[in-house]
Amino acid sequence: MIKKVKYLCDWILLSGSTLTVCLVLVVILWDIFSKGMSSVSWNFISHFPTDGMTKGGILPAIIGTLLLTLITTIFALPFGVACAVYLNEYARPSFLTNIIRACIRNLAGIPSIIYGLFGLALFVQTLRLGTSVLSAGLTLGLLSLPYIITTTEEALKRVPNSMREATLALGATQFETIKDVVLPKALPGILTGVILTMSRAAGETAPILFTGVAFYINGLTTSANQEFMALPYHLYMLSTQHQSIEQVRPLAYGTATILILLVFSLNIIAFYIRFKHRTQD
Amino acid sequence: MEEIKLSAHNLDLFFGKKQILKNINIDFPKNKVTSLIGPSGCGKSTLLRTFNRMHDLSPDATIEGVIKLEQQDIYDKKASVTEIRKRIGMVFQKPNPLPKSIYENLSYALKIHSFPKDEIPVLVEKALKESYLWEEVKDELKKPAVKLSGGQQQRLCIARTVVLRPEVILMDEPCSALDPISTHRIEELIMSLKENYTIVIVTHNMQQAQRISDKVAFMYLGELIEFNTCEAIFKNPQKELTKNYVSGHFG
Repeated sequence: MIKKVKYLCDWILLSGSTLTVCLVLVVILWDIFSKGMSSVSWNFISHFPTDGMTKGGILPAIIGTLLLTLITTIFALPFGVACAVYLNEYARPSFLTNIIRACIRNLAGIPSIIYGLFGLALFVQTLRLGTSVLSAGLTLGLLSLPYIITTTEEALKRVPNSMREATLALGATQFETIKDVVLPKALPGILTGVILTMSRAAGETAPILFTGVAFYINGLTTSANQEFMALPYHLYMLSTQHQSIEQVRPLAYGTATILILLVFSLNIIAFYIRFKHRTQD
Repeated sequence: MEEIKLSAHNLDLFFGKKQILKNINIDFPKNKVTSLIGPSGCGKSTLLRTFNRMHDLSPDATIEGVIKLEQQDIYDKKASVTEIRKRIGMVFQKPNPLPKSIYENLSYALKIHSFPKDEIPVLVEKALKESYLWEEVKDELKKPAVKLSGGQQQRLCIARTVVLRPEVILMDEPCSALDPISTHRIEELIMSLKENYTIVIVTHNMQQAQRISDKVAFMYLGELIEFNTCEAIFKNPQKELTKNYVSGHFG
């Protein structure tokens, strides 16, 4: 009898926690969508802001965020994958590689504002890239690297050793083995990690603050050395820094809705890739 | 006098400080099937993997002694490991087809060794026929190899080894993951392959060793206890240990 009560208590505690977490998510989404959907329209996503941001759309912020994510990925993907391949395939387990791994994990724990400062010092000033979408993209790339390295390493670890042995036993070099068998086999896992990292980077505000984001720019950002508008920063400005906050509140919610939809669609793509891969196995 | 294809002299192998193989001396005759038998952990798979330098992958393995493929010293610093693995193929315990199509599993091996493009389809077909797989797969060569049954996958792995025309084929318990019918087919295949290849096979199955071997090597705790013709090992073993093992008293 006591056992039964205890079991029931455990169940209530655990399912209650899960339910609370889900509830928080639902409340957040409900709050944003219910207040934001009214301002979301085709015009909203295809037009420039007008009348001192109180009217019009957020096209430049959307383009800015997409461009930023693209630059981040172009920089972080090859470096991150190469680093993971080195750590998992080439580096022999030693004290040094353990140190390197620990450093990479710790990099993931550094507050993103620190990356912003570092990006300002390195890319904007030392390398003279100026406050630009390139500087911001590279800064976000640095922030994404530890995640990409870790998820890629996990994906590589899931490739069974028998695959590597099969290829090596045919007389393939280690590089051929990695290029032709290990990487293709790990690709779905790598892509999932990369997309999730991208969706995280797209929502970051602090690292781009010092490195290139602008409250308003005239025209679209079309080249890498220009400043840019971005959705999270736009949202921040509209909700805290605008002179008529009450008036632009619907636009702020609309921006939040678009940002969430963007991040969600990236997550759904990642989910789809993982699902498709699982059914193939 | 039989011709020697592959030989080990005074071979010691250590993993870290632990000695796994102790002073192994053995000669494998050309175009014969030699079985390595012995209880689990006696070092037979470890010995097999020294012949195509698979231990290069384990950083803590050290090997002393000489292994020769005819006159070529396999562990010679100047020897190319990829070339050696092309000459000494290997079939693993669990079928491990590459995550590619049936055709590509064979053509890949040829491509990395830069065989001329126009010869590849012919060589692939020939190898699949030699491995008794052609009739079953000829209409679906583009199918992913993992869709084949376990027995078919293992024959594909043998075909993938055969397609490179190696001189020696090493087999590490190739039937242990297969059902009796598939096992029978693989055994038939091994018997036909020995016309052209020197085969070294690790097996746990005494009946299998008797059915397919010309010579048998019995190993125990990292040492080669007895090496003789199949008949001598099973009918008239010289050592007490061998006698106990082949008659099923331990192992």
